[in-house]
Amino acid sequence: MDLSVVIAGAAGEGVQTVGELFSRAALQEGYAVFGFQEYESRIRGGRSSFRIRLTSSPLNAPRLDADLLLALNPDAARAYRPLLRPDGLLLTDGEAGATPAPGTASLPFRRTAEALGDRRMANTLAAGSLAALLGMGPGSLDRAVTTLFGGKSREVEEKNLAAARRGIALFAEARVAGRKWAAPPKEAPSEAYLLTGNDALALGASAAGCRFMSAYPMSPSTEIITALARNEDLGVFTEQAEDEIAAINMALGASAAGARAMTATSGGGFALMVEALSLAGMIETPIVIVLAQRPGPATGLPTRTEQGDLLFALHAGHGEFPRLLLAPSDPRDAFEKMVRAFNLADRYQVPAIVLSDQLLADSLFTLSDLPVDRARPEPALARPGGAPPYQRYRLSPDGVSPRLYFGQGEDLVVVDSDEHDEAGHLTEDLAGMRPRMVEKRLKKGLALRAEIAPPETYQIEGAETILVGWGSTRGAIREAVDRRRTRGERVGALHFTELWPLPDVSLPKGARFVAVEGNATGQFARLLSSEYGLAFSGAVRRYDGLPITAQEIERGLDGRA
Amino acid sequence: MGEPDLFKSGVENQWCPGCSNFGILTALQQALGKLGKRPHEVCLVSGIGQAAKLPHYLAANVFNGLHGRAIPAATGISVANPTLTTIVTSGDGDLYGEGGNHLLHALRRNPNLTVVVHNNELYALTKGQASPTTPLGEKTRLQFQGVEIEPLRMLAVAILQDAPFVARGFAGEIPTLSEILVQAIAQPGLSIVEVVQPCLTWGAHPAAWYRERTAPVPANHDPHDREAAIRLANDRERIWIGVLYRGTPRPVFASRYHDRTGRRPLAELPPLNPAEIARRLEPFRVKRTDVKEEKP
Repeated sequence: MDLSVVIAGAAGEGVQTVGELFSRAALQEGYAVFGFQEYESRIRGGRSSFRIRLTSSPLNAPRLDADLLLALNPDAARAYRPLLRPDGLLLTDGEAGATPAPGTASLPFRRTAEALGDRRMANTLAAGSLAALLGMGPGSLDRAVTTLFGGKSREVEEKNLAAARRGIALFAEARVAGRKWAAPPKEAPSEAYLLTGNDALALGASAAGCRFMSAYPMSPSTEIITALARNEDLGVFTEQAEDEIAAINMALGASAAGARAMTATSGGGFALMVEALSLAGMIETPIVIVLAQRPGPATGLPTRTEQGDLLFALHAGHGEFPRLLLAPSDPRDAFEKMVRAFNLADRYQVPAIVLSDQLLADSLFTLSDLPVDRARPEPALARPGGAPPYQRYRLSPDGVSPRLYFGQGEDLVVVDSDEHDEAGHLTEDLAGMRPRMVEKRLKKGLALRAEIAPPETYQIEGAETILVGWGSTRGAIREAVDRRRTRGERVGALHFTELWPLPDVSLPKGARFVAVEGNATGQFARLLSSEYGLAFSGAVRRYDGLPITAQEIERGLDGRA
Repeated sequence: MGEPDLFKSGVENQWCPGCSNFGILTALQQALGKLGKRPHEVCLVSGIGQAAKLPHYLAANVFNGLHGRAIPAATGISVANPTLTTIVTSGDGDLYGEGGNHLLHALRRNPNLTVVVHNNELYALTKGQASPTTPLGEKTRLQFQGVEIEPLRMLAVAILQDAPFVARGFAGEIPTLSEILVQAIAQPGLSIVEVVQPCLTWGAHPAAWYRERTAPVPANHDPHDREAAIRLANDRERIWIGVLYRGTPRPVFASRYHDRTGRRPLAELPPLNPAEIARRLEPFRVKRTDVKEEKP
């Protein structure tokens, strides 16, 4: 059982504030929360919504329809009303009518806020009424208000606390009738984290020992550098570069000089970084690049979600060189994968790309724990002062050479984007050095492959249909499997979060495979078909800018039943 | 005075015999020696082109990266290891053309770098096309009717942006150039040294033509006088050699971070311990039990 609460309004109107307050209060109250945000690429006006799904235990998957719709303005009410389920309730800002239309209720948020002396309090009032609607106590909301506003000033916090209480009272006074929906039982863990993918990627980078991040702002990746810049005690030097080309070249310079370094961007920015990605491959300098996907081509839909850059990320860069491609499924995984990306990039001296998307980047997930103790940096730098002369690209059985950084000791470190010899100097020795260097670099890819974790299996025993997905669709796919299983259908799932090098897998025999992915051309299915010879008998693909839901997957399965 | 041969590299040189780049190489080796630097304390950063091969011919750490991207790479290096002397040596096409935007933003950032621009007024490695500094009207192997767009006067731009140190050198005058480089390297923040580097193979004029047109910066020139410096930088009759400008002292890029970390290489900083990470996660944590206790 779950409940979907949608808060809709214009950009700049406070959708996010209401959504965050309500999400935290709901978690405090004992619900598991998943909050998906969708918005237009503008600063003011237009339409945006925060779709908060309350469940008994963490599902961490989006639902796009609404049991309760709070519309902050009349246009939002009109635009989002089609999401409302037949037995749902539309709550709007206005005078509480004596005989409201069935399925609707109005409460005077704005007028009450003005009476309180601050129009901006309308949002906190609305969050209060929404909480009251679900029978939440004031304690949960108070704590949410304190967490969100407590850092500002005592005055702001107190004003918001008062407004939240007033919002609860407003709802009680209005006596909203016709409640047909039901809230799920409150069974969420007694302690949980509520955080977005971007929060987790930033903290994961810090936990990995990242010391340098340069990036150019681009949705939906910007919050990563923002979080690191805001919290200087995380120890990461941050710089807003003049463009993505500078961003990645700065990070590569920093990495060659010994710092664990990263950048983050989205498709268009990644396109600008591609030449330097190839440089990272050539100079064997570790770097972590977060590629937060949004729909393309070109500028596409800047604030929406898609899984459309998989094959681009895999093939980006001229020439042949190994790379690591990880696609975390949720913020817990994102935290762990960031540490893993830094460690593996360091050990194998390769670029690591962490594929995120707007769904993962911006959504609030409920997580019972984070692997803070387990995910630790494993530095792979060599020690200076070995037998001279030091050679940055010394040939070795697995292709990995001892790596020193500039100025680490008295050994001179030479890295070159030209084909080079073991010492790092230019070479045109076509018969000898060139093929050996090509093979050296590619051997690292083979060694890296042995590190890759197999895909996660879910309800795979005896499954007749296996849903195959990657990255942020994990929650929706598991939910779809559960729903089919309760109906006695033998459905399971295979989920990949480590995409390249592809791990060795033993695929169940006799099942039909259905690829689930957020793009139009079935990129992951094509990759698995070519690498594993896997034949897919169906596909669920979404490319309208919204995330894949369990409902969508089920519709897809039914269409092929 | 350091050992003169300390910075000699055994790598085979690919420049044309007699190339004026050799003058810049010698001047740089001398300057580093005069400053008492050791090879491992120096990192040379370059892009692509004949000039960009210089780092291989001098014993030091080397980052020979992508065309046009030496400055961002060097910026990252100077932040990650502030104990290094980081020097960019690349051509006019690399630093003013392909990477021009990065130089503009380096003028804003003021990283602790010395940027040596080998200015031969053309693209040599690609066989003689115009560069951002080729004079108007000069015929090249691509601009057959003569260059029709204005050359970029980057030193004037650097002076306008109040760069800490702006100088012009001549590759044919090694003692002066090496003295300029000593001052440039010693200057905290961004130093730009544009070196007139006649190309013997593709250039429109022999080295002597340039030598006739050079003159030392007038003895009475005040390098703090911005307008006078711009006039010298923009003079189309004379090529003034020497220190043109010294900007207003201002913080070096990343100095606030370096002050906090004791100017140590970032690689030496201890990683955050899990307790600190856990503390940072506190704002994201919601404890349900606390609420229950609060309820009446």
